[in-house]
Amino acid sequence: MAEVVFDHVTRIYPGNDKPSVDDLNLDIKDGEFLVLVGPSGCGKSTTLRMLAGLEEVNKGRILIGGKDVTTMQPKDRDIAMVFQNYALYPHMTVADNMGFALKIAGTPKDEIRKRVEKAAEILDLTEYLDRKPKALSGGQRQRVAMGRAIVREPKVFLMDEPLSNLDAKLRVQTRTQIAALQRQLGVTTLYVTHDQTEALTMGDRIAVIKLGILQQVGAPTELYDRPANVFVAGFIGSPSMNINTHPVINGQAKIGEDTIDLPREAVAKLTAEDNGQIIVGFRPEDADLAVADDPNAFSLKVVNVEDLGSDGYIYGNIITDGSAAEASTMMSDQNKLTTVRVNPRALPKIGDTVKIKIDPTKMHLFAPSTELRLN
Amino acid sequence: MGKRARRGAEGGCNGALSRRQALIAWGFCLPFVLVFGVFMLVPLLSSMGMSFTDITSRDLRTPFNVNIVGFDNYVTLLTDPRFHKALLTTAIFVIVGLPITIAIAMAFAVALNKGLKHLNAFFRAVFYAPVVASVVAVSVVWRYILQDDGLLNSLLAVFGIDGPDWLHDTRFALPALMIMTIWRNMGTLMIIFLAGLQAIPTELKEAAAVDGAGKWRTFTSITLPLMKPTILLGAVLISVAYLQFFEESFVMTQGGPLDSTLSAAYYVYQQFGFGRYGIASAASWVLFIIIAVVSVLQFRILGSDE
Repeated sequence: MAEVVFDHVTRIYPGNDKPSVDDLNLDIKDGEFLVLVGPSGCGKSTTLRMLAGLEEVNKGRILIGGKDVTTMQPKDRDIAMVFQNYALYPHMTVADNMGFALKIAGTPKDEIRKRVEKAAEILDLTEYLDRKPKALSGGQRQRVAMGRAIVREPKVFLMDEPLSNLDAKLRVQTRTQIAALQRQLGVTTLYVTHDQTEALTMGDRIAVIKLGILQQVGAPTELYDRPANVFVAGFIGSPSMNINTHPVINGQAKIGEDTIDLPREAVAKLTAEDNGQIIVGFRPEDADLAVADDPNAFSLKVVNVEDLGSDGYIYGNIITDGSAAEASTMMSDQNKLTTVRVNPRALPKIGDTVKIKIDPTKMHLFAPSTELRLN
Repeated sequence: MGKRARRGAEGGCNGALSRRQALIAWGFCLPFVLVFGVFMLVPLLSSMGMSFTDITSRDLRTPFNVNIVGFDNYVTLLTDPRFHKALLTTAIFVIVGLPITIAIAMAFAVALNKGLKHLNAFFRAVFYAPVVASVVAVSVVWRYILQDDGLLNSLLAVFGIDGPDWLHDTRFALPALMIMTIWRNMGTLMIIFLAGLQAIPTELKEAAAVDGAGKWRTFTSITLPLMKPTILLGAVLISVAYLQFFEESFVMTQGGPLDSTLSAAYYVYQQFGFGRYGIASAASWVLFIIIAVVSVLQFRILGSDE
């Protein structure tokens, strides 16, 4: 068990001028479950592979338990890795797969058997120990890959999207199991995923990365409640945050025909480069239907309604000049529509125009020029 | 009545259709069947028939006058010390040559599986060239290399070693031909192994590295076991070729000196040349059976757990 430190780590692939991971500074505390999340191609797997020793580090240092491992071979780092496609050895039985690392380390045979059997018990694999990976289901293979890691009792677990080859139901189930197992074993873990739900549900802390640059590190609620920039705001949370750029007039945001109040200290932070605009974000659950003459609400033309039983969602366009506007939205995967969660027992109809009021304490404001948080 | 008549008509129609289809199918098969029958099956079966007769070159005008002699040819063969020697030479050739060829081909394949792409393509072509080159052309060069005052001995002389007259020394002729044959066959295996190596997923090697395996350990514990089917294929191909080892001794040594490079296939050729067709046929069938048995054994041993 050990602390992991990335100290100004940079990785530039040969033939590229742009670094895939750029000046990364990240601490993973002893026993912590840190999830590295970002869209595909953002450098999260590269980061993991650098920690594993499978990828060269161009600049900076990586420390495991205070020891500089930057130039060490993978075999000398005392880490265990779970690969996306599990990378089980097809010619070995489940037991041999799990015991391979111990065998190389020269552990006595009965000790290996004891540890493999113990891990198999934890992972419910006991009856499959003599089978080859070919004869296992996807979920079982995934557990063997986990077993191979935990048998080692390494300093650090590395997991590279270990759930992405499972079906949706099994993924949710395994997600909980992995998180529980990690807490039980208390081994420092770096977990890479592109799925923000996995990140929110599993991690002690989450690190969001985009184009090789670390955006924000924090506890799941911290990232959810106070995203540091527009990217994190849009990436974390499902359904994702409504994010739009609006003109600022007299300290108020003009949303369509309506204006809503903005906190004064946030408006004060806007600079000339922002061109009198502000990015306003709010989560679907942080807004509500308002009465028609509410002065602090904006109009929305409802184009779609979803009733999930427990929740209701309305999707709509913001009304400008009496018609529904386009092109004013950015960074939201609901087809550029504004999403609001409402009481499913009081859903408006498609085609209705409703007034929406954002909870002022839960509004996220960003400067258009820097995309950084203002409030 | 009407019903039955209709059914009969349908049946007739179907019958005609399927007959037509069968005819067309045979039509498509005919070119191969003819070529295979005339040029493969007939010689194959007649050589088997000949092996049980006392046919010699004098009987060619009156092929129906030959006598059936049963297993006499086989008995003669199996008591002929020259045939024993030929089998032994062939066995040595396979037993020593095959592992060396596999080891060298594997080493080259592993080396060419990493490193620079363009350079690799060049070396791949260079190492494969001997396979494509004609053995007769190549033998001229090899004879120059191996002759008493040739390239190899001149090189050895630099280090103060007085090299033997490779092709005319009973102790060195076979090893010399072995080296040449390995050089000629290594390329085929190398290409096969290279394909096998490239089929091994990188993640497996990475997983082994993370599990604490060094390069050599990864090779022996991961790469080699996964290459087993490929190695089996290569071993069967090469051992069949080596069991029929003929061309090199034909062009380089004519089986000499003192029969030291007399292979089973060369023995067959000699008997045929002496006009003893019955003996030659019997010998080639013995060789055929040996090749079949060796191939089956290899599948049994190397392919045991699949």
